[in-house]
Amino acid sequence: MSERRAARGQAAGASEGHSAGMAIETRALSKRYRRASALTDCTISVPEGRLSALIGPNGAGKTTLLRILAGMASPTAGAAAVLGDTPRQDPSFLAEVGFLAQEIPLYRRFTPEDHIRIGAHMNARWDATLARTRLEELRIPLDQRVGTLSGGQRAQVALALTLAKRPRLLLLDEPVAALDPLARRHFLATLTTALADAEGGLTVVLSSHLVTDLERICDHVVLLSRSRVQLCGDIDSLLAEHKVLIGPQKDTLPIERTHQVVQAVRTARQSSLLVRTNGPVIDPAYQAEDVTFEELVLAYMGADEASPARHLTTVGED
Amino acid sequence: MISFRVDGQSGVPPYLQIVRQVRQAVRMGVLDVGDQLPSVREVVGAVVINPNTVLKAYRDLEREGLVEVRAGQGTFVRSRPPGPPPSTHFRLGHSLARWVREAREAGLDDESMESLLRITLQAEAAASGSEEIA
Repeated sequence: MSERRAARGQAAGASEGHSAGMAIETRALSKRYRRASALTDCTISVPEGRLSALIGPNGAGKTTLLRILAGMASPTAGAAAVLGDTPRQDPSFLAEVGFLAQEIPLYRRFTPEDHIRIGAHMNARWDATLARTRLEELRIPLDQRVGTLSGGQRAQVALALTLAKRPRLLLLDEPVAALDPLARRHFLATLTTALADAEGGLTVVLSSHLVTDLERICDHVVLLSRSRVQLCGDIDSLLAEHKVLIGPQKDTLPIERTHQVVQAVRTARQSSLLVRTNGPVIDPAYQAEDVTFEELVLAYMGADEASPARHLTTVGED
Repeated sequence: MISFRVDGQSGVPPYLQIVRQVRQAVRMGVLDVGDQLPSVREVVGAVVINPNTVLKAYRDLEREGLVEVRAGQGTFVRSRPPGPPPSTHFRLGHSLARWVREAREAGLDDESMESLLRITLQAEAAASGSEEIA
């Protein structure tokens, strides 16, 4: 572990403008295709050793962001630093980063063992034993064609191969979307075990729509909506900063002056405001309740659309 | 060795669920001083949570003095939490079971019993508080 930490320290020192301890840092990253913006002004940071949830509606820019971070696409504007380095198609960069695309990249006619051997030719730091041990633990036959394995087993093979690279950053684009609950649980168990084995030397970004899975295993979140970052940070801190305030319908203005209203639900008698607090809530008319991760995610996903919060602001300004 | 259970829907943060389960296991004598807690790797493989969550729970328990981390070996129970021994818990558990049977015969359902216990706890706390002030 100390060796790994030393290596990380060097990498951090070698690159200018890279904060120590950050696996990913982007600044005003944008990606435009001919007609539309896939990513706009995206500024995020993910500290090393975290398991970050990448959440957002379809078309929000999750895959674009992952592809830029993996060096598979270049941004139109802005900059990205991944492990202190600029993402690019270069063996020294790619050796550190594992990327698992939505369509699992396996040869159906080849066996897992074939894949392990091919990987050894293509990767300098290949750990074939690690891949074999992992697949044997999961009782996945190494000598059976990949095409005959179940979806869950194929996903596990792909993950084991990606981990055999011994990457310091793992980017996973909806790897569990097609799996049944049990296969999903096994896949995520492999992932959390790999994180425990790495003892802080592995960072993971996992995109998924399954908020309850993400809540269970992730300690960091990046939320995209309509090509923009809506939320980025440590999940525990974000949950502590946000509150649902329940109170009378009138006089929401004092709350709005102090706190940032993310979402508001109003009935004739009651307002329920999901706010990012700015200090303690001292208004006795309001009952402050904790938010759940799901509430937080849904509020921010909807925040950029024709939002009740905007409507509320108009009411408050009257 | 004990195994943990983490309920993602309970509203109690997972790290706190682990802290409470360890405390409870030591209180009830399921874990003794010197017993080893499962490794971080074992916990995350079994209940599928973030390794940092387990580390946070174990660090909290270490700060309380309940467990100690031995370098290269793992995490071990160091002392019993303050409070009565497991035998007291068992004895009171038995008398509570008698009360539960009596309440059930009287027609109380689980929810009524839980709320009665909560109300009684609050009332007793208030009563002992006012005594202290007096």
